Amino acid sequence: MSEVRVKKSIEEINRRINQGKAVVVTADEMVDIVAEEGPKNAFKKVDVVTTGTFGTMCSSGAFINFGHTKPKIRASKVWFNEVEAYGGIAAVDCFLGATQVKEEDPLNKVHPGRFEYGGGHVIEDLIAGRSVRFKARGYGTDCYPLRELEKEVCLQDLRNAYLYNPRNAYQNYNTAANLSERTIYTYLGILRPNLGNVNYSTSGQLSPLLNDPFYWTIGVGTRIFLGGAPGVVSWAGTQHDPDVKRGENGVVREGAGTLAVTGDMKEMSPEFIRGASIVGYGCSLMVGLGVPVPIINEDMAYFTGVANRDLFYQVIDYGLDYPNGINRSLGEVSYEQLMSGSIELQGRTVPTAPLASYSMAGRISRILKTWILENRFSLGVPQVPLPTTAFDRDRYPKLNY
Amino acid sequence: MPTETVSRNVLLIFNREIMYNPVIYQAVMKFGILFNILEARIWPRQEGRLVLQLEGEEKRLEQAISYLEQEKVRVEILAERIKRDLERCVHCGACTGVCKTGALDLDRRSMEVMFDPEKCVLCGQCRMACPMAAMSMASIDMDVLTAR
Repeated sequence: MSEVRVKKSIEEINRRINQGKAVVVTADEMVDIVAEEGPKNAFKKVDVVTTGTFGTMCSSGAFINFGHTKPKIRASKVWFNEVEAYGGIAAVDCFLGATQVKEEDPLNKVHPGRFEYGGGHVIEDLIAGRSVRFKARGYGTDCYPLRELEKEVCLQDLRNAYLYNPRNAYQNYNTAANLSERTIYTYLGILRPNLGNVNYSTSGQLSPLLNDPFYWTIGVGTRIFLGGAPGVVSWAGTQHDPDVKRGENGVVREGAGTLAVTGDMKEMSPEFIRGASIVGYGCSLMVGLGVPVPIINEDMAYFTGVANRDLFYQVIDYGLDYPNGINRSLGEVSYEQLMSGSIELQGRTVPTAPLASYSMAGRISRILKTWILENRFSLGVPQVPLPTTAFDRDRYPKLNY
Repeated sequence: MPTETVSRNVLLIFNREIMYNPVIYQAVMKFGILFNILEARIWPRQEGRLVLQLEGEEKRLEQAISYLEQEKVRVEILAERIKRDLERCVHCGACTGVCKTGALDLDRRSMEVMFDPEKCVLCGQCRMACPMAAMSMASIDMDVLTAR
């Protein structure tokens, strides 16, 4: 971006990391530093702010190459523990989606369904080193004669297993309420009728993209923490949208940017990648993800210092509005209010519950900080920027610090 | 002299021989304890089950429970039957939105989920809400043999 003044380059920060001189703090710590010393001093003092998030991210999955067999197979149908993976790619490649449910699952026939096992659980089982039942079927060709294959495999037996998540780390996300007259079971949890409760799923001031609201430092090639191992931002995530409502501090007030991310499952830890069963909705994957944010100028110090009380989320009705595609907000709440356990909405006090783990997000930000301080992790220089919106300082009066 | 009262949530199982005896009434009269019916289910002429909150002076409460057992009521202390698997729990907090008694609640400083089994009334909502299948418990429908 032409209007972004880089006063400290990522290359320079990497040199400091290499020399053991870099100052690295978590986003939680940065909030206090900026509150006490202001963005200008914080910029001089801090090189990198580490972020983290841990929650259900449905748009996730794994590209798996299970290696050639003797005789060879062109597998067109593939299953892991009875969970089907998409086999419509090369002979022994497939894509296992996080939300794919085990065959013969009763789904929502008895509502709300339990969705005990799916793609996310297979991914967790593999990363945990547990063996899974692998099945493949091919139609037989001259070059790939084998038609059926069945065996136990574990992660080490697979030639490649890469986590490939098309959309993670949503920058801001809906807070869910229910204005209808029955209990509903959603991907944002169980929602009681008549505004009985609200659920939210974000890690507030620790969220990766809320710390870089205009994507000045995060782009394709940014190295990240993914599932306990180093990973990378591989593209803008699906539905990435920089042109949404922003506050006076420049931070988005509704769902906006997203990241597509990739990493090697063989290096990951089952602590940070978990299969999830969401009652009445389906299977999914809980993903632990953290992004280091280089403080390239004073504005980045300001953004990484934005606190939970200054981050706002839209409350959306999942009873009628959301399922019917009606774009309406019931009101705006701060992350600080959400975290307190109740919010004021439409003249009522409504209890809140999170679905993303703030404590795990904090842990991820601290682990990433340690990696960098110990010079085990350097920052990636973005090769392709994420689509963004023009930065007009006059529109964001709070940036006149 | 003021006495300290304690509260226990229990599942009582009445088999067909005793299910029509007024033993709860007797326990209340003999030991002066309070009770609150949280859930009840009766399979006529087969079995009856009650989830009760019992409240009273600790000694009296224990005497009442012994009395019930003496009357051949099977008594399950619920707090002993409810477990959170800490290996599975990721402290997401989904359970805290459905827990009505405050047995599961977030520590607002650490944002970790705290669990107090003494407050649990076995409603089973947390087990439904937990995406990690971390909660296991007895319920009024529990299979007595497998739960042992």
